[in-house]
Amino acid sequence: MHRRGVGAGAIAKKKLAEAKYKERGTVLAEDQIIQMSKQLETFKTHLEEFASKHKQEIRKNSQFRVQFQEMCATIGVDPLASGKGFWSEMLGVGDFYYELGVQIIEVCLALKHRNGGLITLDELHQRVLKGRGKFAQDVSQDDLVRAIKKLKAMGNGFGMIPVGGSYLVQSVPAELNMDHTVVLQLAEKKGYVTVGEIKESLKWERERAGHVLEHLLKEGLAWLDTQAYGDPQYWLPALFSELSARDITPDEASQMVP
Amino acid sequence: MDRFVWSNGLLEMNETLVIQQRGVRLYDGEEKAKLDAGVVLLSTHRLIWRDIKNHECCIAVPLSQIVFFEEQAAGIGKSAKIVVHLHPALPNKDPGPYQHSKFSYIKLSFKEHGQIEFYRRLTEEMTQRRWENTPASQPIPTATGSQTGRTRAVGIVGIERKLEEKRKETDKNISEVRDLGQGAKEMVELSRSIANKIKEKQGDITEDETIRFKSYLLSMGIANPVTRETHGSGTHYHMQLAKQLADMLLAPLQERGGMMALTEVYCLMNRARGMELLSPEDLVNACKMFESLKLPLRLRVFDSGVMVVQLQSHNEEEMIASALDNVSEKGSLTSEEFAKLLGLSVLLAKERLLLAEKMGHLCRDDSVEGLRFYPNLF
Repeated sequence: MHRRGVGAGAIAKKKLAEAKYKERGTVLAEDQIIQMSKQLETFKTHLEEFASKHKQEIRKNSQFRVQFQEMCATIGVDPLASGKGFWSEMLGVGDFYYELGVQIIEVCLALKHRNGGLITLDELHQRVLKGRGKFAQDVSQDDLVRAIKKLKAMGNGFGMIPVGGSYLVQSVPAELNMDHTVVLQLAEKKGYVTVGEIKESLKWERERAGHVLEHLLKEGLAWLDTQAYGDPQYWLPALFSELSARDITPDEASQMVP
Repeated sequence: MDRFVWSNGLLEMNETLVIQQRGVRLYDGEEKAKLDAGVVLLSTHRLIWRDIKNHECCIAVPLSQIVFFEEQAAGIGKSAKIVVHLHPALPNKDPGPYQHSKFSYIKLSFKEHGQIEFYRRLTEEMTQRRWENTPASQPIPTATGSQTGRTRAVGIVGIERKLEEKRKETDKNISEVRDLGQGAKEMVELSRSIANKIKEKQGDITEDETIRFKSYLLSMGIANPVTRETHGSGTHYHMQLAKQLADMLLAPLQERGGMMALTEVYCLMNRARGMELLSPEDLVNACKMFESLKLPLRLRVFDSGVMVVQLQSHNEEEMIASALDNVSEKGSLTSEEFAKLLGLSVLLAKERLLLAEKMGHLCRDDSVEGLRFYPNLF
């Protein structure tokens, strides 16, 4: 191990520092690093043992995955931080979520022209499942949520908005503040909202409601239906249920002109 | 399967749909039913199955008829299933697809997946038992325990034994996970102590030792608090990765006008690898090292938060000048039109136009019909 400062003065200084620390009973950082490397080896062995017993189970059992992730969160380790981490290399959890991340990005990209970059977690789940095909491992919505949380590291505005007991997944950097979120939540029940409904439910003035709706229109998150009876309706394609909308495959979508 | 009744599939007054899943086949016990391609729907009151081709073929069974259910893992060539054990049918039950059945359970076979969510929601509904609080307008026959007596007892014992075995195994798994956690926890605490010391510059840590420490943190997935001064989470792994990226991305970058969104890079790299995939953080940390490693790529973050990798040779002024030319030629352009013109993604096309606007070359017309850019004549 190389130490900085090989001159006699530096050595003396070092000896003094060591003596001081030993006096106070504090351990030097360098010694702790050695200690950590030893602990790491031990831990690696334990993890290998654990992996040999449970690796398959983690891939197959989503409930087990949840428990495992919660344990990690409690201790303060992120098993998905790096593909080079022990967790990833030995347990294989990494690849599962990173691949899911790729599939999520691709689905969101394919549908962006239609919903402006906003999609319900339900729909995202269904489409990812479809894209994975029959022989792939099933994934839960919890798995999707964890994969999305990791995607945030790459900028690009991946986010989740709580709406109607579930979430809307945002995949574009459109700025959505509290006002926008609240209107989205209001629109969740019917898939659309009107200025009148906003005024009545939220007690906002017409101007404030107008601003929010205009922003959603500009970002491509809402479409305007002026032919509706009564107040013009602002529809959110992200909230269209799969039943009422024509089912477009990601392939078809990518061929469509934005 | 003789517990099911024909249904019109419409929900009753207080009944809500919880989840549905297509691609589900039904089994009467171990035997495949003719009902092989349908959508299964779970409501607060019933389990409904509708044939995907013939929507009028629709059957249902009340949730109250369910004794117990369990997952059956997928196998080679076999889809995952949920096995649902049912109370015997009531004598005055409405007609259904089966008159008799020798089995007291059915299976839902998830040919297009979705079993995890379905199982989770079914568990929730069976725990909450909402049908008891809000009886549907048309009374759905509920099974009472009194009728079943002896026949029930026999079936139940086997089921309860299975449940107990499962519980024991889950408990064992959880305790092993906890033990593992304990070892990891000690290292987290140790790493915090080390990090503090490094920050306060106690002792004499060499750069080598710091890099080694960082690699330990990386292996354990412990967030690195000491990063700021040196290049991101720069470990040897990230340096290697940065060089790899520089090799692999040159050609794709040139094809795409010198710039790619980080999410695009992530998908490209991971699709190419197939296994031992990169985490998003790995990618970001490697890209942060481009400059210090003197590689011809740069990581860049736009005002909007969009992160891109671009060629170092990327000439900003040239790009903006040509963007201005494009817009002037066409009179005006939206992000979509510009994207199509250059073969760029809409996201990056928009960023380029925004940049040109920031530099004062373009101005915008922001209407509900979209964002359109015009040459700035002011």
